[in-house]
Amino acid sequence: MTPSVLPEAAVQMKRSRLRRTIGDAMVVTERNLIANLRIPESLFFSSVQPIMFVLLFRYVFGGAIATPGMNYVDYLMAGIFVQTVMFGSINTSIGLAEDLQKGLIERFRSLPMARSAVLAGRTTSDLLRNVVVIVIISLVGFAVGFRIHTNAFAFLGSVLVMLFFAYVISWGFAYIGLAAPNSEVAQLMAFPILFPLTFASTAFVPSSTMPGWLRAFAEHQPVSLVINSVRALTQGGPTARWVIPALIWCTGMLIVFVPLAVWRYRRIT
Amino acid sequence: MNYAIEAEGLVKTFGSEVRALDGVNLRVEQGTVLGLLGPNGSGKTTTVRVLTTTLVPDSGRATVNGFDVVKQPNSVRSSIGLAGQYAAVDENLTGRENLRMVGQLLQLSRRDASRIADELLEHFDLTAAANRPSKTYSGGMRRRLDIAAALVHRPPVLFLDEPTTGLDPKSRNAVWAVVEELVAAGTTVLLTTQYLEEADRLADRIVVLDRGAVIAEGTSAELKSDLGETVLDLGFVDPDTAERAASLFRGSWNGGVVVDGSLLELSVDSGPSQVMLALRELDSAGLNPSRMALREPSLDDVFLSLTGRRAEVTEEDES
Repeated sequence: MTPSVLPEAAVQMKRSRLRRTIGDAMVVTERNLIANLRIPESLFFSSVQPIMFVLLFRYVFGGAIATPGMNYVDYLMAGIFVQTVMFGSINTSIGLAEDLQKGLIERFRSLPMARSAVLAGRTTSDLLRNVVVIVIISLVGFAVGFRIHTNAFAFLGSVLVMLFFAYVISWGFAYIGLAAPNSEVAQLMAFPILFPLTFASTAFVPSSTMPGWLRAFAEHQPVSLVINSVRALTQGGPTARWVIPALIWCTGMLIVFVPLAVWRYRRIT
Repeated sequence: MNYAIEAEGLVKTFGSEVRALDGVNLRVEQGTVLGLLGPNGSGKTTTVRVLTTTLVPDSGRATVNGFDVVKQPNSVRSSIGLAGQYAAVDENLTGRENLRMVGQLLQLSRRDASRIADELLEHFDLTAAANRPSKTYSGGMRRRLDIAAALVHRPPVLFLDEPTTGLDPKSRNAVWAVVEELVAAGTTVLLTTQYLEEADRLADRIVVLDRGAVIAEGTSAELKSDLGETVLDLGFVDPDTAERAASLFRGSWNGGVVVDGSLLELSVDSGPSQVMLALRELDSAGLNPSRMALREPSLDDVFLSLTGRRAEVTEEDES
């Protein structure tokens, strides 16, 4: 050991509860973002799959799918956006399961920090990560012929709807990540939830060709509502009939998922 | 008397089956080191988790630095540092980033957190590696960073959960030196360990846990004195023979008689004459030991005589 002396104790700041809650969440967010930057492969490979989906549906299946009133590529991209941010939210469960497994949560829980900071920081950093993903997918979409037929504000609105939806889903995955025995299982658990919601939806094909019972599900489940909102906001047509129920769904799910995840966080043993 | 840590009747069960803590009582005087000793599953880590507020006990009460662990968890958290097997560093962050993050979460300003991070890195000989992600660190470096993270706010009470498990002897010595330095400066330390040598070297008092309960308590010397000053080890060809040899001494021997596999351990406090007596007894019974050694009793012997089992985990136990 070097002969230098140990540092003296520094002054702990006296902050209001609110400032401390926000400050701690920002510290955890920063930490997660640094980790994201240190492993660019993670972002790269999580973008590869949606890009392949774009190419697959645009050039392989697209020709066989009829979408009245719009080009298939314009129809497709709304589905791709929502599918991608939704799968991106799996990161929340993987990240939390890893932190739990590696003992970082134990360290956090022994510090005098806001109890909500770990979850708030994780869902916030995953939200920012999804912003990057949306930029990448937009560029890919534009490259294969996707066009916005409304205006820039409507497109921005569609991005906000997708991000809000992804943020809500992140909180749901926060619960799963804390309940899963490890990060591998956390990842596997997401698939049976997301797969039916993505494919039994209006993401890739119009619901009009589905059998009646499936069509009823596909048209009313939240993923379709979010996709239809994005489609209306980027391609035109009535927006309120999709956006309002989509936002109601998202808000409702947020009200359920946040307390559920926080409850789970508090009773980690 | 000022106690930095006090626990009374701590009980914690997991599910309906596992009683991890079954009424643990502890007292640690300010500025001293308590060694919590016991095999895997004896309740050491659970005790630490209750005292560091990461686990709420089913019943019982505990205070750390004068604060109640259940009612004033944030005051406890501001008074303690935790390092060890279950409290990790973030391997994607550099050493400096890890320490700065902990400082900020301890409610230090970013500037103070950065300054203290640098001072700690210097002190723990990590300055050269400060800007490398900690996943590139060796086991010893990682453990030093972990302990540094527990010291960011110079807590009056430090918890070290198996701080040297898996470390090479050189790194282990470095960790021990840090603990000794902190204690000299007035820090109270609670340390769990499976290594008797570690408790022997660092701890002022030792508490032995087994199946969630305290089965012995005292200084290292007190615990050992129950076993006598000197132990005679006699190795036999097999456990059966050792057991037959032990039966010669049980009841009549002036001191402890312990069998561990094919090894018979006898206390021989009265000196050479008692050793000769033992050997004559064996000779007349026709039992020849295959090897013999005289030594001071270790804490391992203490544990064995208390529980009938060895404290340290052997290879077979882990598989």
